[in-house]
Amino acid sequence: MEDTDLVVLWGSNAREAHPIFFHHVLKAINNGARMFAVDPRRTSSAEWADVWLGIDVGSDIALSNTVAREIIHAGLQHHEFITHATAGFDEYAESVEPWTLQRGQEVTGVPAAAISQLAHEYASASTAQLCWTLGITEHHNATDNVLALINLALLTGHVGRYGSGLVPIRGQNNVQGGGDMGALPNRLCGFQAVADPELRGRFEEVWGCSIPGEPGKHISLMHEAMDAGELRALYVIGENPLQSEADAQTMQRRLSGLDFMVVQDLFLTATAELADVVLPAAGWGEVDGTFTSSERRVQRVRKAIDPPGDARDDIELISLVAQALGHHWPTPSAEEVWDEVRSLSWMHEGMSYQRLEDLGGLQWPCPSEDHPGTLYLHGRLWEEETGPKAPFSVVQWVPPVDTLSEEYPLRLTTGRRLDSYNTGVQSGRYPSPRRIHGVLDLSPEDAVGLGVLEGDLVRVVSRRGSLEAPVRLDRSLRPGLAFMAVHFPDDTDVNQLTIDAWDPKSGTAEFKATAVRVETLVPS
Amino acid sequence: MTMVEEPITIIPARVGGVEVELPLGSTVLDACRRAGADLPTLCYGPTMTAANACRVCVVEVEGSRTLVPSCSRKLEEGMEIRTDSERAMHSRRLVMELLGSASELDRAGPDLERWMRQARAMSGRFGPAEPETPRVPPEPGHHRPPDTASAASVAEPARVEDELYVRDYGRCILCYRCVDACGVEHQNTFAIAVAGRGFDARISTEFDVTLPDSACVYCGNCIAVCPTGALAGKIEWDMREQGTWDESRQEVTRTVCSYCGVGCNLDLHVQDGRIVSVTSPHDHDVTLGNLCIKGRFGWMYVDSGRGV
Amino acid sequence: MDLRDLLDQPTSTERAAVDDLLGSAPSGWDGGEITPLDGHVAYGGHEARARRHLLLPALHAVQDAVGSVSKGALGYISTRLTVPPAEAYGVATFYALIDTRPRPATLIHVCDDIVCSRYGAEALKQSIEAEIGTPGATTSVGGSNVGWVPSPCLGQCDRAPAAMVHRAGTGYQNVAPAQLATLTGLQFDELPPGLIHQDRSTLTLLRRIGVVDAGSLDAYRSSGGYETLARAITMGRQDVVTALETSGLRGRGGAAFPIGLKWRGVAEAAGEEKYIIANGDESEPGTFKDRILMEGDPFAVVEAMTIAGFATGATKGFAYVRGEYPVAERRLSGAVDQAREAGLLGADVAGAGFAFDIEIRRGAGAYICGEETALFASIEGLRGEPRQKPPFPTEHGVFGKPTSVNNIETMVAALAVLDMGAEQFAAIGTERSTGPKLFCISGDVARPGLYEVPFGTTLRDLIVLAGGLREGNEVGAVLVGGAAGSFVDGDTLDMELTFEGAAEARTGLGSGAVIVFDETTDFGPVLRRIAQFFRDESCGQCVPCRIGTVRQEEALARLAADRPLGTLTDELGRLDDLAKVMTDASICGLGQTAASAIQSAFRLGLVGAAR
Repeated sequence: MEDTDLVVLWGSNAREAHPIFFHHVLKAINNGARMFAVDPRRTSSAEWADVWLGIDVGSDIALSNTVAREIIHAGLQHHEFITHATAGFDEYAESVEPWTLQRGQEVTGVPAAAISQLAHEYASASTAQLCWTLGITEHHNATDNVLALINLALLTGHVGRYGSGLVPIRGQNNVQGGGDMGALPNRLCGFQAVADPELRGRFEEVWGCSIPGEPGKHISLMHEAMDAGELRALYVIGENPLQSEADAQTMQRRLSGLDFMVVQDLFLTATAELADVVLPAAGWGEVDGTFTSSERRVQRVRKAIDPPGDARDDIELISLVAQALGHHWPTPSAEEVWDEVRSLSWMHEGMSYQRLEDLGGLQWPCPSEDHPGTLYLHGRLWEEETGPKAPFSVVQWVPPVDTLSEEYPLRLTTGRRLDSYNTGVQSGRYPSPRRIHGVLDLSPEDAVGLGVLEGDLVRVVSRRGSLEAPVRLDRSLRPGLAFMAVHFPDDTDVNQLTIDAWDPKSGTAEFKATAVRVETLVPS
Repeated sequence: MTMVEEPITIIPARVGGVEVELPLGSTVLDACRRAGADLPTLCYGPTMTAANACRVCVVEVEGSRTLVPSCSRKLEEGMEIRTDSERAMHSRRLVMELLGSASELDRAGPDLERWMRQARAMSGRFGPAEPETPRVPPEPGHHRPPDTASAASVAEPARVEDELYVRDYGRCILCYRCVDACGVEHQNTFAIAVAGRGFDARISTEFDVTLPDSACVYCGNCIAVCPTGALAGKIEWDMREQGTWDESRQEVTRTVCSYCGVGCNLDLHVQDGRIVSVTSPHDHDVTLGNLCIKGRFGWMYVDSGRGV
Repeated sequence: MDLRDLLDQPTSTERAAVDDLLGSAPSGWDGGEITPLDGHVAYGGHEARARRHLLLPALHAVQDAVGSVSKGALGYISTRLTVPPAEAYGVATFYALIDTRPRPATLIHVCDDIVCSRYGAEALKQSIEAEIGTPGATTSVGGSNVGWVPSPCLGQCDRAPAAMVHRAGTGYQNVAPAQLATLTGLQFDELPPGLIHQDRSTLTLLRRIGVVDAGSLDAYRSSGGYETLARAITMGRQDVVTALETSGLRGRGGAAFPIGLKWRGVAEAAGEEKYIIANGDESEPGTFKDRILMEGDPFAVVEAMTIAGFATGATKGFAYVRGEYPVAERRLSGAVDQAREAGLLGADVAGAGFAFDIEIRRGAGAYICGEETALFASIEGLRGEPRQKPPFPTEHGVFGKPTSVNNIETMVAALAVLDMGAEQFAAIGTERSTGPKLFCISGDVARPGLYEVPFGTTLRDLIVLAGGLREGNEVGAVLVGGAAGSFVDGDTLDMELTFEGAAEARTGLGSGAVIVFDETTDFGPVLRRIAQFFRDESCGQCVPCRIGTVRQEEALARLAADRPLGTLTDELGRLDDLAKVMTDASICGLGQTAASAIQSAFRLGLVGAAR
């Protein structure tokens, strides 16, 4: 990152959500790199940009396709790379052809000149990093959004090279590690397909049991299964779905309707309150193991203090549950579990605890103990033998599901603030002087229009629910755009408002685009 | 661009007559340390461009009229360096004496204590330090005449403005590390700067507004680089005031932050079964010792009366 | 960048002052009117941050207009220039001429430095105090709020006591000699540059002062102006640099670095972007030569800078003029404007196919900014803190680019080299100190003023030239080189005024200040004023200087009050220790010379009897 010539932050407020990653962006900037920010809000990240493109929520594909057309029309695409390493360019080029700068401006709201500047600078930079987070993925068409960005990297050759790449920044300390371990409906540890009998067989052999070949359900499908009465029991480990999932009223109904729910957590969360059984878990600082960070770096986490009371390590709790169910599971150490992972997942095989200790972590793939780990992926695309070509994807812009109307004229989007995290279960428990409690951020112009002042209590109403929140004026918002943080479900549960329209490919709900109206409340 | 391993050029130099060889781009300080010299440093931080302000690391370099700050001077081929000349030792002693005469150094750690002892530095020789007074707005170019009874000092009441930080500027030696860490070296928030001039220069927010009213984002990256305890986490500061802070009873465990996915390494400092402070290792390439507010302070949930 | 909005808004006057300088704000994000377009695009980043160098000019603009810089004004400037407010505050509070607290609309700066304090300043201060009150107090005089502050040397030592008046909305005026009635009457005429007692036709550097209209390019041209540029262009870059090398011309600002070497360094440095800086931040107590040159012959400075640009390949020049020199600034600005209009600055200078232009920058009351690396920081919009050398300015100067910084007198002397020829120039003076040299004589002489003599003139002859001592007294001591220089006593009057002669006499010519003290002088207060000066002017960056200057002043104060800490020997040992650490270990010349005059006075036994 530090050595790149251009950074595009697209749907990412890394300055607040990933502050230390942003340090590396700042190093790049201080080394002379240019920066573009694509975000509906002019966030504290966007303030660092040479150009901020304030798109309308959910118009990312329109912007991406417009940028692509401009690059192609200016002849700035990376011809050799496209020929050598990609597939489907012609069809893609044809698909973006209608996206003139003018049309792009109409759909995204961003002036054509700024779109053109992004196109020209991104395509002309010798190296460029295209980074995104939930601003791209928390939409009903999340996967298409991501594909639209990948298209731009393929078009310009900004992938698989030192200083050039696609950088999805992970929101959770170990969400990457969860994926690595196979906490996915269709993958086993090391991203090995469940459906592949040969791969599955290796696991069955080691585990001494049979594994169903059918992929499981992702969270949105689980919700449907609950609604259909097919899914009757739930074991929740370290999640607070009652407050973190979109459309909270529906979630309440779903979880309450289950026959049985176990919650294993550090705290008695709102979800845990609904559980039949709560297992007290030991948490961070109290257990050993590994986390995998955004950059695929596996690092050791260590026990520093004893867990309070009866709280137990998750490994132990799971083993105890298994034993209670009549299985003869041992209670392995974290390292023993890890060594089993290494025996089954080729990409982790070279990462012994000793090496992780000595080297301060390793980036997968790391297939053997003499392998240094992998700094960046997709380098193969630049090699003589590329392997499978990287396909362009034709993606069509579709507006957000929750449409604006006279009745719901404001676009509400959501996100994080610097000092807080997710539903606030952890981050709510330290005395941050920067804490902004549950508020509705409005543009100063909208506040004037509504006749409200900073601090006034208003009712925010969506097609699904409503809540009351004090108003906070935020200059980073333009008229028509409102913002709420996700951290204070107990005061202002923004998911009372959000829509659970979800992306069929990733299962992610459209947290980022809700249509609301604001009603002023008569002061009591 | 590609990542090219630049060939490393090795250059020779002599420190106190001892031949050393270091890569081109090394500093005189690197050379001195290689030669085994226990040179003091205060404003120098391993993860930052040398501020070159305190001058406690000066050495003699043949051909140079004045002494040379070893931390910021690049090593040149064939340099003849002396760390223990009378002149160099004199200046290093005086710098420590001057600092000690103006600032409270009792939390500056064992290294400074040792250096001062070895140099026989006597901070009291300039008279009793002026007692604590509230800070006045800067008036560059003007100052009160000396009172002939005390030595002007930077003593001022500690600022406890929130639950995370204490700014105890009576301990400040104006090494610029906090400013640089908050600024261009790491955090780029620029909530604090040096304001005023000369002896009246102080670390300050704009118009000396309180930290909560400033641009501060409470990353604590200033605390991480403060060499004298002028900036401290409130838990640590309180414990020190109460006399319960005891590093000999602390264990440090390295782990990874529990919040976002960047993978910042944390060192948990545990005393009597409780986390009392969280830092990040300077040599970790993700953080370079830096954290955000969540990493540095957000761990308190662990200790927040849990027990399901 | 993460700019936190200051809640205070600028007043319309403050906003207008900033907008006059910077133009009106291009968008709502820059502090201007918010338009719908602002909701969808913002431009910032590198280009916005690159405007930081306008910080000091913007602070000046507000200070000029309203007399101080309020929170609202600082916030507006920060937004306009993408400078964090804390940093802008740090810069504002670095300068004595920028007030960050409200002050009266009229502020009188009364010089009480070495010379003025002996020539009427003390009485003047007393009468002002009786009329207005203590420094910082405000009184209404004729319907206007007036206050006063003491000031370091204002560079008017030949007509002490000096004062400078700043009226918000009007500007700065020098007054010298200053009387209470003139100051509080608030009616001033522009001062002439100063009396030149020598016959101008016999002089080289001063030949136009008071003779040729300093406000007219035509007058300058009819007195031979711009012939040198034509000659330089004919000679070509290489030969100009070679001529300067051959001439032996060394810098007149204090460091005595050969100008030819400097210009060659910049000419041969890699890169396109290079700078010339004319250092007119003359602040050394007792020095006023550069002021007189800038006020009396500004076109010569412009022409010399243009030649420097031609010879080195620099296309941009800064003339950094001391904030206390309003006339010099006006004259230089006028000269630059006229030269530009006449095609003698700009994209194609004099039709000779090279580009060069000049921007005037005003200092704001900081002696340290005369130090070249501190001057860079000041131009860049940072606090005027010196940087460690190496790297040297010819490689890594202002904005990190190759830069030649030359003192004003050096610039004018460079013209003389090309006019008379390098050999001719080198024939003047001694082998190692060539050419004519300006000396500012002040203190107890009959005709204080600026004198041009060939290098090698003795100190005695110079004093004779200035009419000898007043009232037939004998010399007690002479402070050569200003506060940063050293005293020599009556036995040393035959020293040759050359770089090498000064070194032999354990002093330095420095800026060419020669302050004469007669035998009746009580040197105690003189030394304390010098100590006070360095304590006030230390930038505060390095410990030896920041704290050393304080401890030095404290020790002198204790000695004066007869309250030594320990024995007298202890105090002298302490002063000696402080002198050593400041000289050996300070970053820049300020700290390195902060003990020099005081140490020399002790060495010569000037204090002791007088204490």
